[in-house]
Amino acid sequence: MEKVLLKNIENPHSADIDEYKKAGGYRSLSKALDMASKDIIEEVKKAGLRGRGGAGFPVAMKWTFASGDPKFPKYLLCNADEGEPGTFKDRPILEKNPHLLIEGMVISGYALGAEYGYIYLRGEYPAAKDILNKAISQAYENGYLGDGILGKKTRFHLAVHQGAGAYICGEETALIESLEGDKGQPRIKPPFPVNVGVFSKPTVVNNVETLANLPYLIGIGGEAYARIGSPECPGPKIYCVSGHVERPGVYELPMGTSLKDIIYTHCGGIKGGKKLKAVIPGGISTPVLPPEKIDCPMDFVNMPKHGSMLGSGAVIVMDETVCLVKVCYRALKFFEHESCGKCTPCREGTGWLRSILGRIESGEGMEGDVDLLLSVAGNIIGKTFCPLGDGAASVTQNFIKHFRPEFEAHIKNKGCGARQEKL
Amino acid sequence: MFSEAAVREIQEIRAKYPTARAALLPAIYVAQREFGWLTPEAYEAVSDLLGVPRAIARGVGTFYAMYRQKPMGRHVVQLCTNVSCMILGAERLVDFLKSRFGLEPGGTTQDGRFSLVIMECIGACGTAPAMLVNDDFYENLTEKSIEEILGKYR
Ligand SMILES: Cc1cc2nc3c(=O)[nH]c(=O)nc-3n(C[C@H](O)[C@H](O)[C@H](O)COP(=O)(O)O)c2cc1C
Ligand code: SF4
Ligand code: FES
Repeated sequence: MEKVLLKNIENPHSADIDEYKKAGGYRSLSKALDMASKDIIEEVKKAGLRGRGGAGFPVAMKWTFASGDPKFPKYLLCNADEGEPGTFKDRPILEKNPHLLIEGMVISGYALGAEYGYIYLRGEYPAAKDILNKAISQAYENGYLGDGILGKKTRFHLAVHQGAGAYICGEETALIESLEGDKGQPRIKPPFPVNVGVFSKPTVVNNVETLANLPYLIGIGGEAYARIGSPECPGPKIYCVSGHVERPGVYELPMGTSLKDIIYTHCGGIKGGKKLKAVIPGGISTPVLPPEKIDCPMDFVNMPKHGSMLGSGAVIVMDETVCLVKVCYRALKFFEHESCGKCTPCREGTGWLRSILGRIESGEGMEGDVDLLLSVAGNIIGKTFCPLGDGAASVTQNFIKHFRPEFEAHIKNKGCGARQEKL
Repeated sequence: MFSEAAVREIQEIRAKYPTARAALLPAIYVAQREFGWLTPEAYEAVSDLLGVPRAIARGVGTFYAMYRQKPMGRHVVQLCTNVSCMILGAERLVDFLKSRFGLEPGGTTQDGRFSLVIMECIGACGTAPAMLVNDDFYENLTEKSIEEILGKYR
């Protein structure tokens, strides 16, 4: 498959507007501006494009809601918070292909009638901030941003808004709160952001990778795009693989590539010929899978049928030396740290889970602790204000579901023999 | 009080948003840079300049992990210990920073040269373990490489 999202990233000057234009950049924008905006949405619908931020929501549907709302101005927000542990797929787009994102945002803004956009960039990406700001000024100078884009009536203004280290700001309503200058605590839905979003105006929030698909999609048309990858969930997808594989990194592959192929064909298998123990397929919030369950198509529609989720496409591979009690404990420490504190089941529950897992991990677990974990998790699930709390509980449940004997043994033997890879 | 340059910078930032309140996060970043950390005066300066109540400025400022509520060393070592980094040895690096530099998580060295902040994933998991020193990424870390890298920060 030709590379779309990671095109040219080996070129050290790929972030420069001239290089981008040389490679065909900004041609889709002129094509798009010659189309009616509703026809662009129609192409996106035909393409079957789903959001790449984690939930896989159909993009055309979200855009239709926002464009149909009579309030103006409308806003397009790019979610570049990329906080899900294990995820590093948006970073190469932001750092190496910023104009692909900008072109995608101008096309999207035109399609849904938004004249203002912000890129909500996580604070941990300082290099990306400078690169994006430079690319944005170049785009203004070249008439791809601002008033009267390419000599037409279209206007789109874009700026970067830097976050300050809060995972929850990746959740779209928390992101909106944070952009408005508040704590990043989720809002109740409805009303949905497409009707009442940032500054109380219709707002679309899309992930970096989602928006970066637009130039290519418009270039080849929705029907051709829909033929790439899984028929139920088409397009190119960036998988980011970390942990114990021979070749970790980012891989742009057709959506629906099997998890097994990603690990064994593309990443060269398990590092040092060791045995595979477990895989987290879509970022730390997605259910862990044992080795016998990794023959599954990595897309938003099929992963749930195989007991997990595509999430952010962040594959974390763990070999036989890893202590899964420790991994689960570290995951819960993360959720406790990142809980925004708005609702009790998550604020208190993540702390309880972390504390029980901590005592098991350190060899002070008590008989019955595994059931206690399940009981606490069961009291969180379905009772939280946003998916973060549910995620924390389901992570715990799934580690226990697949690896209960390891947890029990950890309690009985007051620890484990797992050693970690020497540096 | 902000320097004149900082006031101008915040006014420019303010112009990117329809409300003054939306400039609060970036303005707190400026304050942190100007004052070194978020002193009571820093919060007051932000609050006065943007017309945002002090309690709000402080409440928002304390919500986010990257805003500094206490003085920090000259260089801030931000080491990730989340899962991808942990399974490739990040915890040993935490131990090494303690034994070699006397640097504890959340602490600052006696000479004020380094502070250590433990990070949740910094988006470098494919090249784990990873850290940021101030604004610079360092990846595929080992005890040896960390020693060399920190040697460059005086
Ligand atoms: C706790 C939490 C964290 C999230 N973090 C991110 C993130 O870092 N980046 C992202 O694009 N979406 C994230 N999302 C999903 C967003 O809420 C939203 O669905 C997404 O940005 C929509 O864009 P898309 O339709 O293009 O996927 C997160 C959701 C939750 C509940
Ligand atoms: S589930 Fe957690 S993160 Fe979400 S609103 Fe409740 S406390 Fe906040
Ligand atoms: S887990 Fe350490 S950088 Fe992602």
